[in-house]
Amino acid sequence: MAHLIDTRELIKEYVMGTNHVLALNRVSITIDEGEFVAIMGASGSGKSTFMNLLGCLDTPTSGEYVLAGENISALSGDALAAIRNKRIGFIFQQFNLLPRTSALDNVELPLLYAGTPVTERKARATQRLAEVGLGDRTDHHPAQLSGGQQQRVAIARALVNNPSLILADEPTGALDSRTSVEIMALLQNLNHAGMTIVMVTHEHDIAAFATRIITFRDGAVVSDVPNTPLNAQEQLAGVDAAVSGAVV
Amino acid sequence: MNLLATLRIAMNALRVNKLRSSLTMLGIIIGVAAVITMIAVGAGAQSRVEEQIKSLGSNLMIIIPGSTTASGVRLGAGANQNLTEDDALAIQKEVPEVQVAAPSTRGTGQVIAGNTNWSTQIYGVTPDYFEAREWPLLEGRMFEQAELNSSYKVAIVGQTVAKQLFGDMSPMDQTIRIKKVPFIIIGVLDRKGQSMMGQDQDDVVMVPLSTARNRLFGNAQGKLRRVSSIQVKVLQGASMQVAEDKIRDLMRQRQRTQQGQDDAFTIRNLTEILQAQETSSRVMTLLLAAVASVSLLVGGIGIMNIMLVSVTERTREIGLRMAVGARGRDILMQFLVEAVTLSLMGGLLGIALGVSASYAIGELAGWVTRLSPESIVLAVGFSAGIGIFFGFYPAHKASKLLPIQALRYE
Repeated sequence: MAHLIDTRELIKEYVMGTNHVLALNRVSITIDEGEFVAIMGASGSGKSTFMNLLGCLDTPTSGEYVLAGENISALSGDALAAIRNKRIGFIFQQFNLLPRTSALDNVELPLLYAGTPVTERKARATQRLAEVGLGDRTDHHPAQLSGGQQQRVAIARALVNNPSLILADEPTGALDSRTSVEIMALLQNLNHAGMTIVMVTHEHDIAAFATRIITFRDGAVVSDVPNTPLNAQEQLAGVDAAVSGAVV
Repeated sequence: MNLLATLRIAMNALRVNKLRSSLTMLGIIIGVAAVITMIAVGAGAQSRVEEQIKSLGSNLMIIIPGSTTASGVRLGAGANQNLTEDDALAIQKEVPEVQVAAPSTRGTGQVIAGNTNWSTQIYGVTPDYFEAREWPLLEGRMFEQAELNSSYKVAIVGQTVAKQLFGDMSPMDQTIRIKKVPFIIIGVLDRKGQSMMGQDQDDVVMVPLSTARNRLFGNAQGKLRRVSSIQVKVLQGASMQVAEDKIRDLMRQRQRTQQGQDDAFTIRNLTEILQAQETSSRVMTLLLAAVASVSLLVGGIGIMNIMLVSVTERTREIGLRMAVGARGRDILMQFLVEAVTLSLMGGLLGIALGVSASYAIGELAGWVTRLSPESIVLAVGFSAGIGIFFGFYPAHKASKLLPIQALRYE
């Protein structure tokens, strides 16, 4: 059967002055629907470059990338924008919410570019915010929200246009450990509901929640193993028990 | 993405940087206000000249006597009293381009009514004079032939004289004394306003030509029919120049001027002088508008500058918008709409400021200003154009950013 993501011999080369840097060296990976993949590796291993290619934010030097049966490598800028809009939801380390803009307006953003009518836009954005537990914070600006709440807004934004793939780039990098686990619980719930998630991280604790771990080094895949995921919900309960025990 | 949503984003972005937006807008506000005010001032000056042309009467020429030399002393223009009523008749009859040639005499005198008095210009005229000057009566009637022939003591007064002597009372049928001679007022002239020299043309009393000669200014023997000037109105559509040449030939003939000798009279083509003045005031308007446009241009550069800063500052935002599906043209539109909103709002405020400034100049400096709807439409169009023109480059720059580079921009 067809894979959701199918990359064939992806090469990405940067030219820096006279130096040619090979960021990705013949990466061929397939990811199926419903997988929760963690991509690991040190800085400069090529994991972020790979992620950008998956997100259609960048184009490969050579090789092919097929997303849901569509060959992305040959598409124009506008077509890539449409793919990003409809098929992919992004979650960033720094949240990347628009400042001085309400949570609702932030979540609406992808629908704005999809041309969704205003009433439907509001309804869907409100619903998504409620799903990530921020139903009562729709009017808050990012500055009025905690880091975890901001990341939830970003997740709601990633989900609002019903994408087939969520790309998370160090989603917990700017969060404390408890909030990180909360966010992972949220992602696991989405995954259980059938959402495909690809997440870049350099923390083993975080990668442990995924069902498959791919490790990059020097632009190539060095290991690709299935993983029995930790249950984030249980972890949370454990943390809470430890905290209350310490208090008592 | 629809325009309304784009507009909302633009307004939001402008609101976030209130001070910066207002200062940028100020450039456009001042530019637009300057253009509108300058055009209003220029158009006001122009309309005043047009008014003067109208008040003078169109296609008008005035023939006045030339100078003469007495015992080696050269006297000024008008010293040689060599124009007569017959000259006027001859011009009327022999130059086909002439609609009417009206002789008139002029003098000053004290006019007394009841217990008030007033010094004014006294003109001896015929009804032709009013036709030449296109000067209608406000009330009363014109001189009749019998009154003209037999030196009746009747007078038609200008608005200023009527007001000075009778205040708000009607001057009709009142008696005034000019140089101790009693006259009955039979008519009041319509308001004529200032002449191009700034004289009050309504400060005047008109009496029949014969009356002026026989009862007021008393001419020397042998020069009974002499007049101080002849007003000539040329037929509509006829050439002023041709008429002037024919009149000159006729007058030289009548005065037996030798070949090569100077004219003993002067023909002044007043309409031409005024038209030249009108042209120069139009040039002045253009000049003022051009200078004001420079400030509008500077305002536009201000917009471009601030939009470039804005694009750089919001590179990450642009990256994010692209990541969630904004196409290049969405980004282009967003920044373009922002620039146009900035300049249009500045334009509207500038119109308000320009209109009030025009009124203020009219009130305080006493200048005539005339606001033209064209200049306002022009200003709005121009400011929108400036927004598009100066906003395009920064917006284009933003739309060409690569999503990944914009997103990673620090």
